[in-house]
Amino acid sequence: MTANDESVVSLSGVNKTFGAAAAATVALADISLEIRRGEFVSLIGPSGCGKSTLLRLIGDLTEPTSGTIRVNGKRAPQARLDRDYGMVFQAPVLFDWRTVEENVRLPLELFGQGKTAQATRTAEMLELVDLTDFARYRPYELSGGMQQRVAIARALAFSPSLLLMDEPFGALDEMTRERMNSEVLNIWQRTGITVVFVTHSIPEAVFLSTRVVVMSARPGRVTRLVDVDLPQPRGLATRESSRYFSLITEVREALRAGEGSAADGGVSSAERTAAEGGIG
Amino acid sequence: MLRQYLPALLILVGVLVGWETAVRGFNVQGFILPAPSAIWRALTENWTVGYGIFPAARVTLIEALGGLAIGTLMGVVTAVVVSRFPRSRDTILPLAVAVNAIPIIAFAPLANSWFGALSLFSKMAIAAALVFFPIMINLLRGLTQVDGSALELMRSYAAGPSAVTVKLRIPNALPYFLTGLKIATTLSLIGAVVGEYFGGLTETLGRVVVAGASALRFDVTWSAILVVSVMGILMYLLVILLERALIPWHPSVRGERRA
Repeated sequence: MTANDESVVSLSGVNKTFGAAAAATVALADISLEIRRGEFVSLIGPSGCGKSTLLRLIGDLTEPTSGTIRVNGKRAPQARLDRDYGMVFQAPVLFDWRTVEENVRLPLELFGQGKTAQATRTAEMLELVDLTDFARYRPYELSGGMQQRVAIARALAFSPSLLLMDEPFGALDEMTRERMNSEVLNIWQRTGITVVFVTHSIPEAVFLSTRVVVMSARPGRVTRLVDVDLPQPRGLATRESSRYFSLITEVREALRAGEGSAADGGVSSAERTAAEGGIG
Repeated sequence: MLRQYLPALLILVGVLVGWETAVRGFNVQGFILPAPSAIWRALTENWTVGYGIFPAARVTLIEALGGLAIGTLMGVVTAVVVSRFPRSRDTILPLAVAVNAIPIIAFAPLANSWFGALSLFSKMAIAAALVFFPIMINLLRGLTQVDGSALELMRSYAAGPSAVTVKLRIPNALPYFLTGLKIATTLSLIGAVVGEYFGGLTETLGRVVVAGASALRFDVTWSAILVVSVMGILMYLLVILLERALIPWHPSVRGERRA
């Protein structure tokens, strides 16, 4: 299968099993997914559904047991070596021995950019996440939300075409999280970057995404794709619109349906066919 | 600063005053326990003449610092090699642990015969052997105990092993290394002094301790011990200054400032 020009992430028949034969657990079963350029796709599902594993497979931080993963038309390991994506983890993963600007500069240093180019780009990125005044601070001197903004600036510093975010705002309070959501949307619109975003918050997934991928657990499967047709740019009005609420309900019901099948102790092949028919 | 250390200072003064009063009050013989004032007198009277404590201290300090440098270097090299080539771990670590289990001080007479009793190097070798292990084991922990997400971050940048070592492992290991160095400073002095007990140059603190004791001049012995202690404290304080310079970001060092 060849990915078309617009396809940034292309997964086909991806399986991931942890552990050896007898004690093996199937983390992901038969995942196929296309993510097009400029999309904002959220992966949502109960804990243990393998959504983080799926993200890490795209980033080549772990390898699939079978199936193919292509990023920008290349195999995932090649895409990683080409630095095609930036990664934001649940924890900010900032180095305390570096100041805020030195943290943002880290990938640029590793990629051997010139000093002047590094300084310019770092300043731009700090401006983007509104942390210019804190350039000389140390990470531990910042609040959780600010730390995560530094992590985002660092992930975007080398202009990757893809941004992978693994529950980046899971540890933040509700107010900060909503503010960060707006900020991420803002950055997404300004840069035109493709985002894959892992979350367990339904409102967050709906508010941010152009498409929500609903997953079920044990084994992790894609049970539903929900197109989010909320108009851009999104803001406070979006959060109060009736379409927003009906989409939240739709995602919630899809999650519950997936949960039901898992609770029955596995899915019969007939049910699986039905579920897949529902996607198409 | 003064307020912080005032309690410790008061206790020290209290102990000295109590010691002095007790020795005078109960008329304790000098060869059992000399009074602090007697120790101080012995120290000043024998600073450059008599037992010559000052020139002896200089030699002992050189031995200790030399041993500290050699042992630290060996510890650093070993830790870096083991962390860089994890498969060497199972070969090198058991050997290092076994060597560390040997009471190295028992080798002091042998070191004298191997490297020459009159050579400063024979004392440095004992100090180095004592210093090696705490440096190696602490640094190794710092180099290998790295946050998994930080390693994944570096992997996402397609950073090679040497970049990971320079940008992540070494800064991460600095606090551990400095902890090892704090332990090592004292050990290096112990190694040097004990090495001196078994012969060699006479102008060393170890020899002053032994000579004072065998002449029943315990005031002199005590004053030599005092000088070794002061050197140990100063070396420790130097490591603390080094910590402030090298790892101002570490929770053990940093002050509070929040945005």
